[in-house]
Amino acid sequence: MLALLNEKSKKILISSKFRNLISILFIIFLSLGLFEALVISPKDYLQSDSVRIMYVHVPSAWISLGIFSIIAFLSLGVLVFKNKNFVLISKSLAPSGFIFNLIALVTGSIWGKPTWGTWWAWDPRITSMLVLFLFYFLYLLTWKIFEKNKAITISSYISIIGAINVPIIKFSVDWWATLHQPSSINVLSESTIHSSMLIPLFLMTAAFALFSMLIFLMKYNVELIKVKNKGLNRI
Amino acid sequence: MNLDLLIMNGYGVYVWSAFSFTLFNFFILYKVTIRQFDKEHAKFSKKYKSLNSQQITLAHKQSTNRTFVRTVAHKI
Repeated sequence: MLALLNEKSKKILISSKFRNLISILFIIFLSLGLFEALVISPKDYLQSDSVRIMYVHVPSAWISLGIFSIIAFLSLGVLVFKNKNFVLISKSLAPSGFIFNLIALVTGSIWGKPTWGTWWAWDPRITSMLVLFLFYFLYLLTWKIFEKNKAITISSYISIIGAINVPIIKFSVDWWATLHQPSSINVLSESTIHSSMLIPLFLMTAAFALFSMLIFLMKYNVELIKVKNKGLNRI
Repeated sequence: MNLDLLIMNGYGVYVWSAFSFTLFNFFILYKVTIRQFDKEHAKFSKKYKSLNSQQITLAHKQSTNRTFVRTVAHKI
């Protein structure tokens, strides 16, 4: 039976090997990141130690945005090119994106209390992140309530419509007056954040990205076995 | 134990709860995914064991892609 699961499906075998490597890397990066974030990195001159929440809040927000963008792009591929594998990849990515979005919202709320004096504000950045959370929720809900073929189409449309919100989240701090500060890290220009804070931020981002990849591979295996289960039903 | 690391100038409760919430969610997501995998794997094992030798030969001839096209997304 294992032969059928593994030999006939190279995808499961390869991802299992790859999964172990990702797990080890995740543990290394997370340990280093936590040590840097909680012990080594300096406190902020204004926010004091509460700035350390940034090391879980910012990477979570980045990864949830990144995953949703990938899902939307793949969904376009599903609708335009009828690529069937994209459906499995998108479906396997969504749970970790959803959880990272939840972490970004909750840790942002926890950070808001000592910084702004409130747990929640209807600020453009926070509100647009909440909208993204609702899109993630709808995407996952679609797979629960509709039969497969309908779910593929509806979830694809949900993610493509939801993708409109991604640039709104990114540029909300520039377009509107907001409690959030403008971007501190820029790809094209010099970042305004000191390297002593950049190192833990990138370590935690790498750890979170590795974790989302690990969950993706595990979910992808689940989806593949589901397909194989259906195949056995037809014999 | 270093108390400063715990108290963090009065912000410890916020910092530690944010990190704990993150790691707790990681743990839950990992556990849920492992459980889903075990559930589907057990389903597959049960079905596979109920097959006769002819059906097993047929099962080994199925390719994932062909199965996928037939079962999941042929109507999109």
